[in-house]
Amino acid sequence: MAPTDEKKSANPPQVREPSRRKFLVNAGKVIGGVVVGGAIGGLVGCNPNNNDNANKASPSASPSAGGAQAAAEPKNYNRALMFFTQEQFRTVNAAVERIFPEDESGPGAQALGVAYFIDHQLAGEWGFNGREYMSPPFYHGETVQGYQGRLKRREIFTIAIQEMNNYSQAQFKKNFVDLAADQQDKVLEAFEKDQVQLTTISPSGFFKMLRASTLEGAYSDPLYGGNLNMAGWKMRDYPGNQMSYTDVIDKDFTAIAPSSLQDHMAAH
Amino acid sequence: MAKTLPKKDVVIVGVGWAGGIIAAELTRGGLDVVGLERGKERKTEDYFMVHDELRYAQRYELMQDLSKETVTFRANENMRALPMRAYGSFLLGDGIGGAGVHWNGQTFRFLPYDFEIRSKTIERYGKNKIPDGMTIQDWGITYDEMEPYYDKFEKMAGISGEANPLAGKRSSDYPNPPMKKSPPIQLFEQAAKKLNLHPYMQPSANLSQNYTNPDGVSRAACQYCGYCERFGCEYGAKADPVVTVIPIAKKTGKFEIRTHSQVRRILHTGGKATGVMYTDVTTGEDIVQPADIVVMTSYVFNNIRLLLMSKLGTPYDPKTGKGAVGKNYAYQVQKGNATGFFDDKKFNLFAGAGSLGMNLDDYNGDNFDHKDVKFIHGASISIGQTGFRPIGNNTVPSGTPTWGKEFKAASVKYANSALKVGAQGSSMPWKHHFVDLDPTYKDAFGDTLPRLTFDFEDQDKELTAYMTDRCAEIMKEMGASKIDKAKSLGPYEITTYQSTHNTGGTIIGSSPDTSVVNNYLQMWEAENVFVIGASNFPHNSGYNPTDTVGALAYRASEGILKYAKSGGLLV
Ligand SMILES: Cc1cc2nc3c(=O)[nH]c(=O)nc-3n(C[C@H](O)[C@H](O)[C@H](O)COP(=O)(O)OP(=O)(O)OC[C@H]3O[C@@H](n4cnc5c(N)ncnc54)[C@H](O)[C@@H]3O)c2cc1C
Ligand code: SF4
Repeated sequence: MAPTDEKKSANPPQVREPSRRKFLVNAGKVIGGVVVGGAIGGLVGCNPNNNDNANKASPSASPSAGGAQAAAEPKNYNRALMFFTQEQFRTVNAAVERIFPEDESGPGAQALGVAYFIDHQLAGEWGFNGREYMSPPFYHGETVQGYQGRLKRREIFTIAIQEMNNYSQAQFKKNFVDLAADQQDKVLEAFEKDQVQLTTISPSGFFKMLRASTLEGAYSDPLYGGNLNMAGWKMRDYPGNQMSYTDVIDKDFTAIAPSSLQDHMAAH
Repeated sequence: MAKTLPKKDVVIVGVGWAGGIIAAELTRGGLDVVGLERGKERKTEDYFMVHDELRYAQRYELMQDLSKETVTFRANENMRALPMRAYGSFLLGDGIGGAGVHWNGQTFRFLPYDFEIRSKTIERYGKNKIPDGMTIQDWGITYDEMEPYYDKFEKMAGISGEANPLAGKRSSDYPNPPMKKSPPIQLFEQAAKKLNLHPYMQPSANLSQNYTNPDGVSRAACQYCGYCERFGCEYGAKADPVVTVIPIAKKTGKFEIRTHSQVRRILHTGGKATGVMYTDVTTGEDIVQPADIVVMTSYVFNNIRLLLMSKLGTPYDPKTGKGAVGKNYAYQVQKGNATGFFDDKKFNLFAGAGSLGMNLDDYNGDNFDHKDVKFIHGASISIGQTGFRPIGNNTVPSGTPTWGKEFKAASVKYANSALKVGAQGSSMPWKHHFVDLDPTYKDAFGDTLPRLTFDFEDQDKELTAYMTDRCAEIMKEMGASKIDKAKSLGPYEITTYQSTHNTGGTIIGSSPDTSVVNNYLQMWEAENVFVIGASNFPHNSGYNPTDTVGALAYRASEGILKYAKSGGLLV
């Protein structure tokens, strides 16, 4: 019973995970007489300008595939919900694709798994505004003073999704997910421009948060559930986690196959 | 009843850059020192997973937990101050090393003009150049007096750089050659030279080569990894207190660090401190640490707040202008810039280092004639290549929508093809800009939060507009296909990051009436209390603060060692 949006995200562009470079891992490697300890051990001096490695990638070198199950596409256990209801998920999944749509340059927010990313983030510290000052008293402030509400991000999302559907129903007699793309854009625009009358949350404040978390989901390390297979990074030639750019920093543009934190983990 | 511990020679409040330097110098001088740090221990090994933009840059992994403590802010006295609930304008350090762990490492000396700003401005332009309410004052110490301490900090940190042709005289070269010139930097250099300006490589605390400093500490060269500011360096290539001064202090056997120790009051009687009261945040226990000397290095806001909460020194009164604790809060005017979009060029913008860049100071300090402009001082203009990470860098040409198809296409297109030339503007103090105690909001211990009253003034708006034009001239010469100039400067807002260059509040000076500390950073009103940090700056220059903070810390440590022997006011 996969909804239409789900179908899309179930078929992300088939991006092969490039191989990690094989780092030397003896900790305390000596470079130029200086013993480098710490987290990086012996990574200094590896040539990051090395696309060959990625091309030569054998499945067994791929950290996501490692070992016996090399050939099979591994199951992505990250694809389940921690916070959203299924309906909330579908609404967000549709909205983020309008903010960051699939096009010639590459996958959109759905294929990148952005809605899963947002779900997972809302389930944790960020969703609870855990490291933010949320003590009373609450007063309405000036714009220059920033957010002064008492609602946490997860509460704002819950209210906002409901209000997106209310507004969609009022304007187009359908829920947000069932609208045509240009109608969805109209709804998002109404939130962005505070044309929706709400007493609970700031529509534009929510839109800003949704936009920002869409970019976060598209471009954060795949460890968080978005940027599936580093496809967001590939789209903009971002190499992700690399240990050294000493060899390319003074050179013209150099394409480097991306590497993730999982690759780094697997290399040690 | 608080438990009382055995007395120490010195107690340091906060172990970041300033606290670390003090610890190294005083223990080497033979004193018995304890450092109280509210946050946790940090070490290079912690940064195994540090190339994580979301965790470190967007979610502020290394910074102070605002749920426990923040500042409140209002633009002026008629507004109700409200808490900075989420991070924005500046990011506060926490844990051993403080913000020194996650700084960029751009390491500038202030100009000779800065230290005598009032006299020199009047000398060249007359008294009327200084508008009503602008409370600039001379520092009570000159550049020449500061020079040896700058030199010391730069050698300890291993600064990589080349001499700035428009700055004060140096007694020696930077200990390391400048960093590598990336193609965007080369473009900037050529353009600036064509315009007869004086570009120089940014002085950098990211090592250009392996380096052993005069203390015998060896560190590895920077790898241009692009995860520098807001991150810790997994190579130890970025100078930070944890890999430089703190190990030196520890080696003496005379430095004890107590983490998870939130200092809440300076205890004093009869104009002298007797120690501090702190809370062990793991047990909730209140503890008294007696000491002969108290050194405050808890960054600008807590340096001020702790003095005010402890009722030490005379609080600043904005109505009368009397008193000095909390006076002359200033910041950085950071928003003058020009962005260039290059349709036919692509750069390795993913690579970079926190202080990889090139600057010019033709428009900084009093290096140009201010007769016909409506501001004093100026800005350092630079191009930086800090590593343009993908969440934080989605610059699109003006006129592009901020989301949807066109936004996505443009942001992807220019991901490696947009450069920015920016101005780091000085910030002048005003009678009505200050820090005091908030009447309403409290921290996790029930102590009052500091309250910030600050806004941008006409001076800042004029400066920004002028500098934006200068940035655009350079960008044009660099050959950008399209240039977007920064909008005119609006009011100060606390929601977008500008810089962690908060200054003032415990300022240095030559008179107890107009300053909190003398030029050894010794409190006029409590001779065994030394207060150190950017809180000492009577105004902020067109540069990052830490070279000057470090130099002041070396200066103070000399004073403290003197005081430990002879006592009394040193000036
Ligand atoms: C992202 C970023 C980039 C930066 N880049 C640059 C740059 O390129 N160049 C530059 O010059 N500067 C830069 N800075 C600023 C630089 O980090 C500071 O100037 C410098 O760290 C100040 O040193 P400090 O010792 O005064 O404070 P900190 O290094 O912040 O140390 C203060 C310490 O005191 C502790 N503390 C505070 N209150 C208490 C208390 N009540 N009890 C116990 N402990 C307490 C804190 O936890 C902290 O560890 C940057 C800052 C940030 C955040
Ligand atoms: S850019 Fe250089 S100094 Fe900065 S964190 Fe990376 S290796 Fe360290």
